[in-house]
Amino acid sequence: MSPNPKISIHELTKVFYKKKNSVTALENISLDIEEGEFVCLVGPSGCGKTTLLRILAGLENQSSGAFKIERSGEDRPNQSMVFQERGVLPWLTVEENVAFGLKMRHLPKSHVKERTNYFLNKVGLAKFTKMYPKELSGGMKQRVSIARAFANDPEILLMDEPFGALDEQNKYILQEELLSIWSETKKTVLFITHSIDEALYLSDRVLLMSAQPGKILAEIKIDLSRPRKLEDIRSNSEISSKFLDIWRHLQVEVQRSRL
Amino acid sequence: MKDIKNPIETEKREWRKQQTQLRLKTWLTIFSPISLLLIWQFLSQSGLIDARFFPPPTAIISTFIDLLTSGELFHNINISLFRIFAGFLLGVIPGIIIGLCMGLYAPFRHFVSPVVMALMPIPTLALLPIILIIFGIGEVSKVVTIAGSVFFPVVINTAAGVISIDSIYLDVAKNYGASRKDFILKIALPGSLPVMLEGIQMGQAIALLTIVAAEMMGARSGIGYLIWTSYSAFLLKEMFVGLILISFFGYIFSLLLRWLQRKLIPWR
Repeated sequence: MSPNPKISIHELTKVFYKKKNSVTALENISLDIEEGEFVCLVGPSGCGKTTLLRILAGLENQSSGAFKIERSGEDRPNQSMVFQERGVLPWLTVEENVAFGLKMRHLPKSHVKERTNYFLNKVGLAKFTKMYPKELSGGMKQRVSIARAFANDPEILLMDEPFGALDEQNKYILQEELLSIWSETKKTVLFITHSIDEALYLSDRVLLMSAQPGKILAEIKIDLSRPRKLEDIRSNSEISSKFLDIWRHLQVEVQRSRL
Repeated sequence: MKDIKNPIETEKREWRKQQTQLRLKTWLTIFSPISLLLIWQFLSQSGLIDARFFPPPTAIISTFIDLLTSGELFHNINISLFRIFAGFLLGVIPGIIIGLCMGLYAPFRHFVSPVVMALMPIPTLALLPIILIIFGIGEVSKVVTIAGSVFFPVVINTAAGVISIDSIYLDVAKNYGASRKDFILKIALPGSLPVMLEGIQMGQAIALLTIVAAEMMGARSGIGYLIWTSYSAFLLKEMFVGLILISFFGYIFSLLLRWLQRKLIPWR
């Protein structure tokens, strides 16, 4: 580990308190993520992975502990989030949605226009700029969401199960597109998913989480060369054994949380 | 039996059948008011209903033309339309502003909503005597009366519209660092617009109800005044002209607002 990780999380704890009842969603989470690393956080639903992401996104406050995002430029936003399926604003056109972050930062018009067009082209939405989200398919909406986050040029990207609601074919296509944009921009990404396949295909490192209290159980390195092909992942025996490894871990967790 | 060999021909026939049914429905919609008028005409002329109370539509139309050419009707329509528009704006604009504030600032909402809830059930018309005392018998009192009744549906719907915005859009705004001003203009206002416009639609209907009653009680002009004086003088043809005018304007206004709705929320 380098002395200056991009994201460093130190003993982060989040407790939800309601009417004398407290639930520990996250317990003493400590982890570092390197500059340019793609990390997937995998765990059963309700394990607090979304809570962790929301804390990093500034949408929720931790109960104790701290985290730090290493900054590289003054005028760059700390992070941008790609939300689950409904995160696209229905009253803005595709173009306005992609430009949203840049406009909120009141950047010069020409810059906003240039960045927006660049990423609209990247995700193949150049023909749909004037359309409203209601006219788009689920996959296209998520492309808008991804373009919006990349166009904002943040220090790190946070993704909250962005492909969870898509059908299999669309999911593979979008994963591939995401990797292609990511390899160009070299962003640091923290990606949440419950799909083991998705995690193995996308990430440099998979973190496994347990439920209640949410803890990091294990970390698994995926040292496959990039660009990756889905076929390679499926036929690689080492990856298959990693799949089973993660699968067993999660099985235990799911069984435990049922009791 | 269906022609199995030619599926396109089968669907074509099915499509034609649906089109005919659609056209039939449009005709029914047009036919309904016309048939009502025809029945009215027949009953009134044949003496089955008292023509003094229900003059035949043809007589009402000729009275309408007489009133129109004398210029009297124009004056009354103008003054009523002015009152409706002025009162409508005076009710809608504060309604939107206060409604937005209620939706955006929870302490303000908790402070103001009991007052709004307590005042809402009081018909503005019941307050007309007080309004006349405060604002005099001039135009202002009528405008204020209409504004008072338009205000409530607008304020309540605007506040509800802001509160009902999906929390994920609030997260998006926060995550992308929207300022307070940007949040209001880019999230709260467009997000609450559909529900707000429903409230404005309701306000428009209430404005028409109010104007007639207000002009009956404390005015010397307007469509409501025409209805009331005609009734008092037993000029029922003139009274019917007034009633039909109100129904006509109500229809026109709701069409206008529907059009505005389509223009303002193209994303729906």
